[in-house]
Amino acid sequence: MAERTLRGKVAIAGIGETIYYKHGQSPDAEFKLALRAVLAACADAGIDPREVDGFASYGNDRSEATRLAAALGIRELRFSNMHWGGGGGGVAAAVGNAAAAVHSGMADCVIAFRSLAQGQFARYGKGSQAATVTGDDAFAVPYGLMSPAQRFAMKITRFMTDHGIRHEALRSIALASYHHAQTNPRAVMHGRPLDESKYDAARWIVEPFHRLFDCCQENDGAGAVLVVPAERAKDLPHKPVYLLAAAQGGHHRSAAPAHNAPDYASAHFKTVAKNLWAMAKMGPSDVDVVQAYENFTGGVLLSLVEHGFVEPKTANEFLVLDNLKFDAGRMPLNTSGGNLAECYMHGLEMVNEAVRQLRGTACNQVRDPNVVAVLGGPMVTPVSSLILGTEASL
Amino acid sequence: MNDKNARALPAGLPAPGVEPLSAPYWAGTRAGKLVVQRCTACGRHQWGPEWICHRCHAFDLGWAEVAPRGRIWSWERPHHPVHPALTGHTPYTIVLVELAHADGIRMVGNLLCGPTDPVTIGAEVEAVFEPHDEATPLYTLVQWRLAGGA
Repeated sequence: MAERTLRGKVAIAGIGETIYYKHGQSPDAEFKLALRAVLAACADAGIDPREVDGFASYGNDRSEATRLAAALGIRELRFSNMHWGGGGGGVAAAVGNAAAAVHSGMADCVIAFRSLAQGQFARYGKGSQAATVTGDDAFAVPYGLMSPAQRFAMKITRFMTDHGIRHEALRSIALASYHHAQTNPRAVMHGRPLDESKYDAARWIVEPFHRLFDCCQENDGAGAVLVVPAERAKDLPHKPVYLLAAAQGGHHRSAAPAHNAPDYASAHFKTVAKNLWAMAKMGPSDVDVVQAYENFTGGVLLSLVEHGFVEPKTANEFLVLDNLKFDAGRMPLNTSGGNLAECYMHGLEMVNEAVRQLRGTACNQVRDPNVVAVLGGPMVTPVSSLILGTEASL
Repeated sequence: MNDKNARALPAGLPAPGVEPLSAPYWAGTRAGKLVVQRCTACGRHQWGPEWICHRCHAFDLGWAEVAPRGRIWSWERPHHPVHPALTGHTPYTIVLVELAHADGIRMVGNLLCGPTDPVTIGAEVEAVFEPHDEATPLYTLVQWRLAGGA
């Protein structure tokens, strides 16, 4: 039986995004943002948008595939897919699902995308305003445990306490994103640098490990990538960027109710990362650039540990800004500014950045990278991650 | 602490909606008892409430009273008020309490302590039942305080 894998089978031929806005400041409706990003990805790939035959998204995206297909005059919709789970846990999964559709022959030309206008719709960081709450929320919200920052904080408290990891390690993650955003004109935080004293002086969101700059912004915008068969990508304008691996899911009972996951102090990548490296036929030391989704910097720490990029024992020494910079760092991290400082586009901006790095067109270009890892939103469930590479990585 | 003036958090936060799946738990807290799911087939506890035993797949989960004590497994102290009722009432302390005597299930609640008091993972805590007698329907939350403390 032939090996069952996505490695090298499909490529990202086009990337697109809108202008990124602070939340509430987009002049365009959310659906219009989605359309703009899809058209931009098609234009980038040199493919007629009417040729797109599939859409994959995540995080309960409101821009439905069928509406997009109708609005764009798509000739034939062959694949539509919404990945379960909130936020950016599904960002790499959406690309992986598009890839699976293309590789299996269900579709030929699939957009993976995310659109968000939190000015038009509700914000994430506000608690429930309902009079009563049900399900899992009944055991958390009446105790003031309501927002994403609060939902994940106890995982981080436990992990960092167990391993003696200091808050300064998280500060470095925040500083890396802001550092890279200063030379990325797309970034919402372009022109708004962050240094240690500003970080340290910022107010607490949640003690003991979430100050203001440990938490992502909320933004308006949209991003999209176009996935095609690997063979086709060779005839398109850009240097092909191949999918080397995609994995999604969660470890044993990671979604157990009311904070009862047996392995709780986790980003939920333990089995996902194992499957990712197996498909990629490589390990963390083969990766040249890492894009790790920051909902909160503590989640980045957990993601990096669970993918094998960082050892808990040496996290305090390794996670310093100089190691994370694009030009001189041992592990360039979030080279466009990430969710914290480029845009909270639920990680889709990180997939675009990974493609730019591998094409050699990034604003903070790492020297000759062949492999980029995209670690999707941590601590939710399911989670997902992705390895992309150049022709040389195949 | 059974005085409404001594509640962990101010009035105005969402109340727990009582549903068929969780009703025995909320009936228990009204009576000052900690009652959780215990599988009638395999005898193990599980939490939060679910329709099936995740270990043996029996649907006839029963309910059992457990000793209202445990150890702090993790904690957090929110400062940013994400609900209007919390404005001016932060920080407050949330704990995740592990009940080793009930198959290690964990429960979320507030730790009754001062806003700058240190919190220690592993510290022994005991439940404090916090009735909301003005609510419709009535409900009682389960808070925690350091064992043997004030």
